[in-house]
Amino acid sequence: MEDGIKKFLYVNRKAPYGTIYALEALEVVLIGAAFDQDVSLAFLDDGVFQLTKGQNTDGIGVKNFSPTFRALGDYDVNKLYVERESLEERGLTEDDLQEIMYEDEDDDWAEKPSIRIISRAEMADLMHDQDVILSF
Amino acid sequence: MSTLHTVNKSPFSTQSLLSCINHAKDGDAILMIEDGVYGAAAGTGVASVVAEKAGAIKFYVLAPDLAARGIDTSRLLDGVEAVDYAGFVTLAAEHDRAQAWL
Repeated sequence: MEDGIKKFLYVNRKAPYGTIYALEALEVVLIGAAFDQDVSLAFLDDGVFQLTKGQNTDGIGVKNFSPTFRALGDYDVNKLYVERESLEERGLTEDDLQEIMYEDEDDDWAEKPSIRIISRAEMADLMHDQDVILSF
Repeated sequence: MSTLHTVNKSPFSTQSLLSCINHAKDGDAILMIEDGVYGAAAGTGVASVVAEKAGAIKFYVLAPDLAARGIDTSRLLDGVEAVDYAGFVTLAAEHDRAQAWL
């Protein structure tokens, strides 16, 4: 920890529309972004369904919040870790996920992907490396 | 550096306990609370998964939640230790972080 900056990990393990957890997590991430902490998001188990392409909620009367993930880069939230095993168990690959980019201010504002696919073991390491874990 | 994990869902309705076990590190602790306590009983379909990890990971269960559900501590899996609310607080203080598996 330096200068009071802590490592925050938001853990997402729920699919997007069956419960309110996923939307609430995103709201908290956006609020928390105001505090200049070292923020990462983790997507595992059914949480990987939050990032899929092609979501259309017109017929169920709730907001499609999946485009909001693409705004996170503007709030310096650009580490979205997705667990490979969780994708595979659900018949998904990285190609099924929407593209989420951010501009790297340390690299002449080059566009880079925010989504990083990691293994279950790497996910365990990531969790172990945090100061604060917020679960949704 | 170690983590206290809490699991509050029955292992027979969600993957939370399994996912928690799959991400916990040696030296971590897993505390079963609320409906999570159903994972602490012997003779269930998840008992072998818990038993296999008990040792590398310490398993605890919250006694008032067990009692509320009529599960006597004599039915606990070997290696699962019952704690009261004060024990919960002690566990939280002994670990570097807490992670809830909802």
